[in-house]
Amino acid sequence: MKRRQRLVYASYAALVVILAFVAARCAPSAPKSARQRAGATSDAAVAAQKVYVAPGDLDEYYMFASGGHSGNVYVYGVPSMRHIVTIPVFTPYPATGYGFDDDTKAMLGNLTWGDVHHPSLSETNGDYDGRWLFVNEINGRIARIDLRDFKTKEILGPLPNVSGNHASSFVTPNTEYTFMATRFSIPIPKGTVAPIDKYATEYKGVIAGIKIDPKTGHMTPAYEILMPPFDYDLGDAGKKVSDGWMFFTMYNSERATGKLEVTASQRDRDYIAAIDWRAAEKAAAEGKGEMIGGIKVIDPKKVPGLVYFMPCGKSPHGVDVSPDGKWIIGSGKLQGVTTAFNFEKIQTAIRNKDFTGDEDGIPVLKYESVKEAEVPVGLGPLHTQFGPDGYAYTSLFVDSAIAKWKLGTWEVVDKVPMSYSIGHLSAAEGDTAHPQGKYLVGLNKLSHGRHLSVGPSQPESSQLVDISEEKMKLLADAFTEPEPHYAQIVKADKLHPIEVYPKEENKHPLAIWDVKDAGVTRQGNKVIVKAVEVRSTITPTSVEVNEGDIVTFALTNIEQTTDELHGFGLLDYNINVVVDPGETKTVTLKADKHGVFPYYCTNFCSALHQEMQGYFIVKPKS
Amino acid sequence: MRSWIEKSQRFLEIPLGVGSRALVLAALVLLLPCYLFPLYDMTMFAPQYPDGLRLHIYSYRLEGGNRGQDVKEINVLNHYIGMKDLSAADFTEFHWIPFVVGALALLLLRSAALGTMTSLVDIVVLYAYFSLFSLWSFAHKLYVYGHNLAPTAAVKVPPFTPPLVGSKQLANFEVYSFPGPASYALAAVALVLAGSVLLAWRESRIQVRDSRAAA
Repeated sequence: MKRRQRLVYASYAALVVILAFVAARCAPSAPKSARQRAGATSDAAVAAQKVYVAPGDLDEYYMFASGGHSGNVYVYGVPSMRHIVTIPVFTPYPATGYGFDDDTKAMLGNLTWGDVHHPSLSETNGDYDGRWLFVNEINGRIARIDLRDFKTKEILGPLPNVSGNHASSFVTPNTEYTFMATRFSIPIPKGTVAPIDKYATEYKGVIAGIKIDPKTGHMTPAYEILMPPFDYDLGDAGKKVSDGWMFFTMYNSERATGKLEVTASQRDRDYIAAIDWRAAEKAAAEGKGEMIGGIKVIDPKKVPGLVYFMPCGKSPHGVDVSPDGKWIIGSGKLQGVTTAFNFEKIQTAIRNKDFTGDEDGIPVLKYESVKEAEVPVGLGPLHTQFGPDGYAYTSLFVDSAIAKWKLGTWEVVDKVPMSYSIGHLSAAEGDTAHPQGKYLVGLNKLSHGRHLSVGPSQPESSQLVDISEEKMKLLADAFTEPEPHYAQIVKADKLHPIEVYPKEENKHPLAIWDVKDAGVTRQGNKVIVKAVEVRSTITPTSVEVNEGDIVTFALTNIEQTTDELHGFGLLDYNINVVVDPGETKTVTLKADKHGVFPYYCTNFCSALHQEMQGYFIVKPKS
Repeated sequence: MRSWIEKSQRFLEIPLGVGSRALVLAALVLLLPCYLFPLYDMTMFAPQYPDGLRLHIYSYRLEGGNRGQDVKEINVLNHYIGMKDLSAADFTEFHWIPFVVGALALLLLRSAALGTMTSLVDIVVLYAYFSLFSLWSFAHKLYVYGHNLAPTAAVKVPPFTPPLVGSKQLANFEVYSFPGPASYALAAVALVLAGSVLLAWRESRIQVRDSRAAA
């Protein structure tokens, strides 16, 4: 009897133990995948070796990262991920006096911001040639940065009819053209009003071809192509076999309005537009198209053969052409596959008129006829870059990872987690005819918890990944200025920047090279102050004008020594200019306040920098 | 048949001794966590959510982790796949579970006071029914949320059922679902009640044997 009693108690105790054991399986504090994520990080010692650039040593690559709505371009060194310099483009930047002097102020126009998205290094035969960097901006503009001095030299636009220039700037393989495209279709020309319920018929998108002068880089609008009211999103130029073609993705082929996150996500496939830009060039040369908003707009309905739509699921974001030009990779952000289109098949389908319909007269190619493969890369595929060995790398926003897969076999071979929510990615020369491999940078949208806390306005994170081996390995985290969209990584030895502006190249009419020539000249109420800046004096050291005068300071930094910048800050007049060695800049103001106003060198230059100052005396009207 | 009825009749006439009544009161105390701790905890990890999004389902309310923010976040994410917002109004359980648990508590008090096996058996039957129905109701709720997806959703996913116990990969989320402390306490209630019945039964057997021996 005793034994049975014991048995009962023992079984009870066992039950309690089981219960306690089960209870221990409560809500977990970390997911099972945490270990797998840790495994994708390179061994600390190996990673440190790979990213360490010793003091005084130089990085192997430049990375030009777009700064999003900061309006700037940021230059980083790879692999150190050190931020080297900021190139102001669409917004004033007091650090270099950008947007304060007459030339840059005029270049910015009335806009003091821009949303910079896609840097595009100039190319020769599909490879970066290190001459210029083009960047687009949402207000219908493209800027050209000269890589000889890392300065913004030209801003084209806002271009007529282009509304929301997101799908830009993407140069062709020999920098013949750069492009703009509409993201937010509107009735054109700008200024036209049509009710929103006429969106499907009276709102229009355009894709604009902009000719680039091969010698100077100067941009000239060449033509626009009238497009259905879709939201044109990204683009890439064909290369090698597909040279002569441009590809643009688009969402909202539903032609929907209102709550687009739902209404524009209904169709299983939207489109990639294939544009025969040489045919467009020819049509423009023949004078085809009609003037809208002051520019020739070609309607592809009237000029067949210019544009074809390739169906691509679903709400495609990135479109990227493989190094050999054979594969057009489109990534539907709302699905789990990336689609590879075969350029040859596209040409065959066009020849055979293998169409399933049209959109406003633009033929739609049969999906099955042009698609080569659907690659199961993962959730939320956005953009693809390439390696030198036939591998492709696709960013996965939803999965927060990069998938590595093989062109041709369409096999996904590896994945590396990103922290967090990767947008674009940039492999070393990874969008050219000859990708370098080695490094890849994931440009992530979220960084929370990966850095010292800085309050609610968190930086974006960019992560350096080693792609030199079969398995991708995370090497380093960097925190980049808001907000990196696309970036391009170019071998440092392709760029040959100058370090001072040679005196003999300075053709500025108001440049002077001797303090004896400094002084004030007057014509009516127009006053010109020719000034010399050299360690450690701004000559003249005082300037007298009358209230109401229009005063132009022409500042020449006569130094020819590297890094000897001089500034010109004028108090109470909101003037701040920085002049590089050998450079002349002008700044014009109306002397509408009388009094005595100090000016001084803002950019620390020498032991007697503090003494580099003078007075601007504005005599009151009697 | 007759002997079976007689047997069960005899069983139902067994009085509850001090030990059994103490266990009934212990069961009563074990109902208390139902008002204090979650019945269910769901945790959703994704690469973007390394700390996880947490959902605590109490008998009377829904609580999100991160001071309630997680429920909002889960709803924001679910709207992409066209899932209905999680809202307390959908959980009729929040009304009837506290009520039923309260009623059970009163019945337990009654049973402890009356000390009859019938009253205890009543509770055991009601309790079993209540537990199984609650479990089914919860599972059904999960099924409905995962299957009632708007056809206009931006992202189309095949209908799914989140895990009832354990973990499951749903898109980029690893979803973990485990009973909370209150559920474990309720399981313990069942054990304690069973113990109470068992104890009373054993005591009665010993009594019968002793009286036989005395005779």
